[in-house]
Amino acid sequence: MSIESKIRAYIAENFMFGEADTLGVDESFLDKGIIDSTGILEIIMFLEEQFGIKVADNEMLPENLDSIGNIVRFITKKGGAQ
Amino acid sequence: MKPLRLLHEALQFSAARAGNASKVALVVEGKPYTYGELLDQASRLSAALRDRGLARGDRVAIFMDNTWPCVVSLYGTLLAGGVFSIVNPQTKADKLEFILNDSGARILLTDGHLAKEFLPALPAVRQPLAVIASGQLPAVQSNPGTPIEAFDTVVRDAPKGFVASDIIPPDLAALIYTSGSTGNPKGVMQTHQSMVFAAGSLIEYLRLSEKDRILCVLPIAFDYGLYQLLMTIQLGATLVLERSFTYPAQIFARMQEQEVTVFPGVPTIYAMIISSHGRTPLSFPSVTRVTNTAAALPDEFVVKLREIFPNALIFKMYGLTECKRVSYLEPELADSKPGSVGRAIPGTEIYLLSPDGKPVPPGETGILYVRGPHVMVGYWNRPDLSDHMLKPGKLPGERVLCTQDFFRMDADGFLYFQGRSDDIIKTRGEKVSPVEVENALHSIAGVREAAVVGIPDPLLGAAIRAYVVVEPESGLTDKQLRVACAARLENFMVPKEFVLRAELPKTATGKVSKKLLLEHQ
Repeated sequence: MSIESKIRAYIAENFMFGEADTLGVDESFLDKGIIDSTGILEIIMFLEEQFGIKVADNEMLPENLDSIGNIVRFITKKGGAQ
Repeated sequence: MKPLRLLHEALQFSAARAGNASKVALVVEGKPYTYGELLDQASRLSAALRDRGLARGDRVAIFMDNTWPCVVSLYGTLLAGGVFSIVNPQTKADKLEFILNDSGARILLTDGHLAKEFLPALPAVRQPLAVIASGQLPAVQSNPGTPIEAFDTVVRDAPKGFVASDIIPPDLAALIYTSGSTGNPKGVMQTHQSMVFAAGSLIEYLRLSEKDRILCVLPIAFDYGLYQLLMTIQLGATLVLERSFTYPAQIFARMQEQEVTVFPGVPTIYAMIISSHGRTPLSFPSVTRVTNTAAALPDEFVVKLREIFPNALIFKMYGLTECKRVSYLEPELADSKPGSVGRAIPGTEIYLLSPDGKPVPPGETGILYVRGPHVMVGYWNRPDLSDHMLKPGKLPGERVLCTQDFFRMDADGFLYFQGRSDDIIKTRGEKVSPVEVENALHSIAGVREAAVVGIPDPLLGAAIRAYVVVEPESGLTDKQLRVACAARLENFMVPKEFVLRAELPKTATGKVSKKLLLEHQ
């Protein structure tokens, strides 16, 4: 599975009601009301476990985390293992 | 000098003050807007709302994120003589539909990106409803009456300067919807005079001035967030408005860049800041006031917050939407009155009564009553619930607020919270009605029974736990229940834990016993 499909599957299972297929790769999680301040902590825990990366506090920014596309680029940049 | 009587006069007065037309009123996600712009845009929207049939006292539902259009909408509604009702942008279609019908809103102001929730709500709205949306308009329009209009175009094409001239202080300014123990939200009726009074009282004890730069990461739909805006405009100060606290690194950068002086938060936000501080030390020397309400701030948090905000006074406060704010603890007394939420806010009075209405001696537990100009008129359309919360006061005909919360008061008049008399769960500082969550669970195909309770949680205050009995053939799992709840409820209402059970313990009368559930976890 690609990074994108893993993230999409996680979002679908935990935050959306089977609608993650319709979620555009660049659609904002905040706009869509998918996550909030505690949801983001769960996503970070998932990313750290799944891809073996460490997300620093100062990386908790929308440009790294606020869409599927942003997360894929962030994971790739951090050299996360698939 | 003309006295301040109406909520929107605060904007008119602040914009008219020498030099203020070009003063920055808001910084919204980094973008500055002046008092002149706010008055111009709001008065244009006001004319546009009148043009679309809005009359004195008509309700306008504002279903928007913490954005510039949201602020323009709020003041535009008031300038038009309307009553605003801000709906949390996390609200799902069913509840939005309830609020639109209950409030009888004539106009819905919303954001295009919320179309997924507002479009399905429109066909069931009973009264004619004009819809104006900011940002990108939905491609498919389903408003049966009129087409959805674009916010920017509506504002741009309207004449500026329209102000309704027939509004007086006892007129309603807002319906603030809040969760009730009966399941459906109820609209707290607040007048211009009570809101102007409350904002003034808060400004006084927080020792704010027009030089302050107030941060708001709380939803404006929540009265704690709303009053950050109202206080800012009343002062002629600057509000640094963010959509949420979801991305803390962005907020921290903004606080430094904007030299924020006031930080309003709830314990969940402070827990996250303190945990971040534990990994990489944080320091915000520009902040001179830190405020907490919605849930108790643990004393050990205060120690850490003093490290993070070395120049700040820390205010512990208590309140409820029905009167905005009840009490505050002078920061200088934090050490001598540990655990207290302080005394009545300026211009108001508080006292405790026993369940049979007798005065309660110092140190003993009683029910808290609140007297003052900040007390609500009642709940919209719900005289029965209003009578439960508003009781006869000292003067003939007067009504005071019975908070239904238990407190202890010491000999100096300082309050100590003892507990709630209803089963409302306070999670992340938000009120959650177990009935509302249970109703959502019951609406999921395959759910036979559900009971919702709050359990202590270090980050959330209370976490929501749902005990569910599912039809065996449904094969429903806890994850499926969670996503089904997420489609029906605001995020903070979605249970954190689901416990599947074969049956739920019952009382002698056949009702689910939450006490037994918690005893036999």
